[in-house]
Amino acid sequence: MSLHPSRRAILAGLAAGLAAPSIGRAQATARLVIVGGGFGGASAASFARRAHPELDVTLVEPQRSFVTCPYGNLVLAGRRGLDSITHSYDGLRARGVRVVHDRAAEVDPTARRIRLAGGEVLGFDRAILSPGIALRWGAIEGYDEAAAQRMPHGWVPGDGSQTRTLRRMLEEMPDGGVVGLAIPGNPFRCPPGPYERISMIAEYLRAHKPRSKILALDAKEGFSKQALFQDGWRALYGDMIEWVPASRDGKVTRVDPAAMEFETEFGTRHRVAVGNVIPPQRAADIAQPFANEGGWVPVDPVTFEARNAPGVHVVGDANAGTPMPKSGYVANSTAKQAVAAAAALLRGEAPPEPVYFNTCYSHVGPEYGISVVGVFRAGPDGIAEVSGSGGVSPRGDLPEQRRLEALYADAWYDSITGEMFG
Amino acid sequence: MLRSLGYALFLAPAFVLQAAAQTPAPLAGQGCLGCHGSAGQGQGPVAALAGRDRGEIIAAMRAFAANERPATIMNRIARGYTDAEIEAIAAWFAAQPR
Ligand SMILES: Cc1cc2nc3c(=O)[nH]c(=O)nc-3n(C[C@H](O)[C@H](O)[C@H](O)COP(=O)(O)OP(=O)(O)OC[C@H]3O[C@@H](n4cnc5c(N)ncnc54)[C@H](O)[C@@H]3O)c2cc1C
Ligand code: HEC
Repeated sequence: MSLHPSRRAILAGLAAGLAAPSIGRAQATARLVIVGGGFGGASAASFARRAHPELDVTLVEPQRSFVTCPYGNLVLAGRRGLDSITHSYDGLRARGVRVVHDRAAEVDPTARRIRLAGGEVLGFDRAILSPGIALRWGAIEGYDEAAAQRMPHGWVPGDGSQTRTLRRMLEEMPDGGVVGLAIPGNPFRCPPGPYERISMIAEYLRAHKPRSKILALDAKEGFSKQALFQDGWRALYGDMIEWVPASRDGKVTRVDPAAMEFETEFGTRHRVAVGNVIPPQRAADIAQPFANEGGWVPVDPVTFEARNAPGVHVVGDANAGTPMPKSGYVANSTAKQAVAAAAALLRGEAPPEPVYFNTCYSHVGPEYGISVVGVFRAGPDGIAEVSGSGGVSPRGDLPEQRRLEALYADAWYDSITGEMFG
Repeated sequence: MLRSLGYALFLAPAFVLQAAAQTPAPLAGQGCLGCHGSAGQGQGPVAALAGRDRGEIIAAMRAFAANERPATIMNRIARGYTDAEIEAIAAWFAAQPR
């Protein structure tokens, strides 16, 4: 094959680039190890391969495929199957990510090593942890892992069995029964999540068990997108949903899964046909050595490095101390900033100025979507929302706005999961 | 000279396209990709931005920010970015293959 000189020159240039020793070589072997293949971890891995091909990327995740929390509520409504919210890691492998299906057992930030449960030890130049949350078993008396079989949480999807159990219980309950939800105080994963869940359960009950009720017992006084949710509930479901704030004895302090009872702070007992307990939370175990007393990891607002472990960036729900919600979109946005910061620091440069982004769409009913938007920047006092921007969907009788937002929510799901896993 | 330039252009597209595809969106514009597709290619009812005219994207963003263009969400989003960011983001989308 004969090549034209100009093309040969290009190829020679490429070859030289590949073979270049010194800096080029050193960068090509900088090791980025990512723990957790969920919203933050998969976003970090995908972005690292797209934007920083000089990084050698390993992703550690015990699950063979990832079931998203987002759109799990639509599975409860019966609108979607679990398959449609389950994603394979093959796309990341095809991008050149080494995916190791194991659990990280210990992170040593000084030696820069991560030990896996299976025995392998991974050295790193920079690590990103996005292990998500752990549930605080026992924080609600009687609520432990065994109780979660009878009263599912559906808040850490794992292999999807929690969502499947909750769906089956809804299908099996009699018409006229009470679905009870126990909702935690702040901070917790996905501030609008419990209220989208109430909505999607109501959508199912209205169509199939219209005499049933939903009793939502809340440890808080108010919640995300509250006015919009409550407008929608009244319009779509009449008086099916009763939401009880803490001041009206909404805080669940004890559960009895054998008797299917919730007990509240002031001693009221509620019998339920289906019980969904969303317990208080903290950062997942692997991140606990870096966490504060509240169980969340304080981080640098620009690099997302743990305050007590430079070189270890903690993104997603596990971190603390930001006004940003614990959402998939924030996990995605902060993961990209952490990768860009890590790459800059590896080059000996200053990390870039961040712009963090969040949108959380929620489905309230058929053709009825609402949203909240936030754009955030890091300033002298930490991370703050850009004033005048963001906020929630407008209130009022706006059927076209609601219909479009439901459609755009579906587009969001496909776009962001495509970016993470495609 | 002319002939080799022609050759270079003729042979270039594969490299150029690859290079363009590998240039990541500016960090400020990364948030756009969660709805408009990972390369701005659009997603279902959300419009493609890849390969669109730079000025058109900038004008749309200004109109959204000023509530002068119908929006379910872009008005709330557009107000979060500086002019310089919007110009850089628009230039990146404009340079992407359709
Ligand atoms: C019902 C519900 C609805 C939601 N809807 C939305 C929505 O519409 N939009 C939105 O933006 N957000 C939504 N969220 C929030 C979103 O799911 C979380 O904010 C997001 O998943 C956080 O990402 P993460 O990477 O921190 O954790 P995850 O996505 O949970 O990923 C953590 C991963 O780490 C792995 N892991 C844990 N420990 C280890 C270890 N030791 N070693 C290796 N791997 C480990 C886990 O297996 C898991 O795969 C919703 C949440 C819920 C519960
Ligand atoms: C949460 C989803 C979402 C995000 C994130 C998002 N967009 Fe949009 N975009 C939309 C939707 C939906 C529309 C249609 C208008 C509306 O309803 O607001 C749109 C419309 C547009 C349009 C007009 C397209 C046309 O042909 O009419 C432009 C330009 C645009 N967006 C640019 C951007 C840029 C730049 C960003 C990032 C700074 C961005 N968008 C982030 C959802 C999003």
